[in-house]
Amino acid sequence: MTFFGLGRRRSSAPVARERLRILLEYERATAGQRDVMLVLREEILAAIGRHVAIDPDKVIVKVDRGVTVSTLEIDIEVPNVEMRLAPA
Amino acid sequence: MAKVLVVTSGKGGVGKTTSTAALGVALARDGQNVVVVDFDVGLRNLDLVMGAERRVVYDLINVIQGVVKLPQALIRDKRIPTLSLLAASQTRDKDALTEEGVARVIAGLREKFDWIICDSPAGIERGPTLAMRYADAAVVVTNPEVSSVRDSDRIIGLLDAKTEKAEKGERIDKHLLITRYEPARVARAEMLSIDDVLEILSIPLIGIIPESEDVLRASNLGAPVTLSNPMSAPARAYTDAARRLRGETIEMTVPIDKKGLFDKLFRRRAA
Repeated sequence: MTFFGLGRRRSSAPVARERLRILLEYERATAGQRDVMLVLREEILAAIGRHVAIDPDKVIVKVDRGVTVSTLEIDIEVPNVEMRLAPA
Repeated sequence: MAKVLVVTSGKGGVGKTTSTAALGVALARDGQNVVVVDFDVGLRNLDLVMGAERRVVYDLINVIQGVVKLPQALIRDKRIPTLSLLAASQTRDKDALTEEGVARVIAGLREKFDWIICDSPAGIERGPTLAMRYADAAVVVTNPEVSSVRDSDRIIGLLDAKTEKAEKGERIDKHLLITRYEPARVARAEMLSIDDVLEILSIPLIGIIPESEDVLRASNLGAPVTLSNPMSAPARAYTDAARRLRGETIEMTVPIDKKGLFDKLFRRRAA
């Protein structure tokens, strides 16, 4: 409802509850464990690194943790000269 | 030139993280390049108040330990492009913070930002000491309440003794930010007044943030109050405080919410 500026007055507690639920579910599940996102990152980089040289400083990792799915975004700068795969 | 600002208080729960986020947004909205840094290792919360809790990959400790470079750990705010966050580690313990490591990170941040706002943990030990160590200026967050004022006095003493600037014989700018202020209770002599607090702590006042439901609402939403409701009383107070930090002269007032008839009628029902 946006009449009389009431739109912004919608109760915020449900938003807080949902944000906490997602966050705590994740944190409880991963307490004391290695972060699966970081394991994925390392293994993906290792796989790519077998074919081309990657500068670890030119790797940008972003995550967005959702309720049912999370996204892992890995931006890797690959130098052009090394793009050709070595002959098998 | 970059300015390193520590937001500190001694006492917990007085509004350091809220104030860090609100001031960070206010400065960034003015076109300043701002990074907010969470020093509360083990109990991070600035990410939550900033609404970035689902996007934290790397943190301050990872940078200090050399796991990643600084730019890789910075989380750019999705709403304000000139605002970034450096989260604290949730899993490591506070001993992972080293003086040398913090110095290196702050030096790196100075090259990229106009403002580096360090959100200090409560207490007076390692975390708070390292959060203030390289600061050029401090915002001391105080509630008009006896234990908060007493702890602020301790922190002011530490700022004058344990910061790098103080050790070099230079002056660290200290600013008092009074939060959760309730003019009506002060009028009834139920709460320490601004003058009471100023007389005891004798550092210049940078702002008075009125007690407001908008502050809880902002943290519920993960949008600092200067972003979620910029016209609200606390947001206006934070915006004025941010401008004073930049050197502007703005008359000191306690903003109040102007409630119209409609607002009064419907607000209760909608709440």
